[in-house]
Amino acid sequence: MRPRSAAALIALALCAGAAAQERALPLERLKPGTDFLGADLRALQSDDLGNPAMLWVERGAKMWSERAGTAGRSCADCHQDAAQSMRGVAASYPKFDAARGRLFNLEGRINACRTGHQGAQPFAHESQELLSITAYVASQSRGLPIHVGIDGPARAHFEAGRAAYYRRRGQMNLACAQCHEENWGKRLFAETVSQGHPTAYPAYRMEWQTLGSEERRLRACLSGVRAEMLPYGAPEYLDLELFLAWRAEGLKIESPGVRR
Amino acid sequence: MAARIQVPQQAKRGEPMPVRIIVQHPMETGYRHDEVGHPIKRNVIHELSCRYNGAEVFRADLSSGIAANPYIQFFTVADASGVLEFSWIDDEGVRGSERAPVVVA
Amino acid sequence: MKRREFIAAAASLALAPGAVRAQENPIAPIDPKDPDVQSVTKGAPIRSGRVKLELPPLADNGNSVAMKLTVESPMTPQDHVRAVHLFSERNPVRHMAAFHLGPKSGRAEIASRIRLAGSQKIVALAEMSDGSFWAGSASVVVTLSACLDES
Repeated sequence: MRPRSAAALIALALCAGAAAQERALPLERLKPGTDFLGADLRALQSDDLGNPAMLWVERGAKMWSERAGTAGRSCADCHQDAAQSMRGVAASYPKFDAARGRLFNLEGRINACRTGHQGAQPFAHESQELLSITAYVASQSRGLPIHVGIDGPARAHFEAGRAAYYRRRGQMNLACAQCHEENWGKRLFAETVSQGHPTAYPAYRMEWQTLGSEERRLRACLSGVRAEMLPYGAPEYLDLELFLAWRAEGLKIESPGVRR
Repeated sequence: MAARIQVPQQAKRGEPMPVRIIVQHPMETGYRHDEVGHPIKRNVIHELSCRYNGAEVFRADLSSGIAANPYIQFFTVADASGVLEFSWIDDEGVRGSERAPVVVA
Repeated sequence: MKRREFIAAAASLALAPGAVRAQENPIAPIDPKDPDVQSVTKGAPIRSGRVKLELPPLADNGNSVAMKLTVESPMTPQDHVRAVHLFSERNPVRHMAAFHLGPKSGRAEIASRIRLAGSQKIVALAEMSDGSFWAGSASVVVTLSACLDES
């Protein structure tokens, strides 16, 4: 091929942008985590009273109306009814905030509101407060399809997240892709490997016996391949969350979910 | 201590009605260790009871063999409209309670 | 042992937490002469039947397993279930729970979620108003998590 034609083709591919983004797991083959659960846990997730995660959602609902910080404002003071204002939010996160010039996941966005609009201290990672309010906000997107933007300033984060996904790590020298892309549906001991989508987070994970964030789940994966768990708040988690959300395009939000 | 209760919207007089409750509690077994290897002290809800219009209709003695955020479903005859009141206590002596209205037709 | 073999062996140990954990909870079948059982029955005979214990044959995670027990009883003041006890042959605490019922219950049916320290048989023991004891059981295979989670 003559160099001029090759350059033209590359230019065309770049212009097509996100639409031309190749998917290792095509959209038609996406399966949410619930497909890999046993019948008991699958039923528990849709049991409004039995799903333990709903205890955190209920607390989050109360927190929504609680005044906080130097501004003495509650979430409700700005956002009114969460069922309206927060509908679709979790399905579109992580999202790049142009005003603040950074990528946020839902937890980060909530804390930005705490500090920026309420004049309150941010909630600590994995704190009961942060989990509760995140679960409440995320639950407002239940049933809605995931769709995140990876263009413009989000692009660099997306690329970093994708690189992280395919990077081998840990004593077992495994990359996320090796289990969740190359071997999903196969057995690892008694478990069936899922495709590793983030549709259910924050989720009540039986292994934790409590509700936990997507970030905690990523830490658990690092621990699983015997890699050093990056500290909470590490940018790599955020980049990965963006990549994972893009990878799960179209899958319905299940938060708050139940997982093994 | 948060708890959620579910009873039928309207119960039929004289018929047993299902009552469901879930309580937010770690039901710490006492067999776990923290990151530095120290044992985490046992703390479970060891007794949970339900009074229906003042009379006890259900009581459970629980142990670490019950899962975290304990869930229980039992039945009680719907005799009159009123209130179901749950109370429980854990190993540290912390008490909790929650109530739910009952409508009987 | 060569370094590569050692790492492989160490990695396989890390991969097989189940093998290590299983030895920590040996099975000791529930017996009528068990002190925990005796404290309930006071030596009275235990009959098989009337008690149905339902557990999934395979549990996703031993931390929380759905349990349902039903006892055949008219639940009248003259003939009812006084209490149902749950016993584990493998958990560190063998007498898992006791559910106290009565004629106001209307139906002797209880559901809950239990913790299981490994694959085992659970025994449900019902104490009737006439002082008789009836038992039913169910076995569960508890699968352990494939990956170690230290999060």
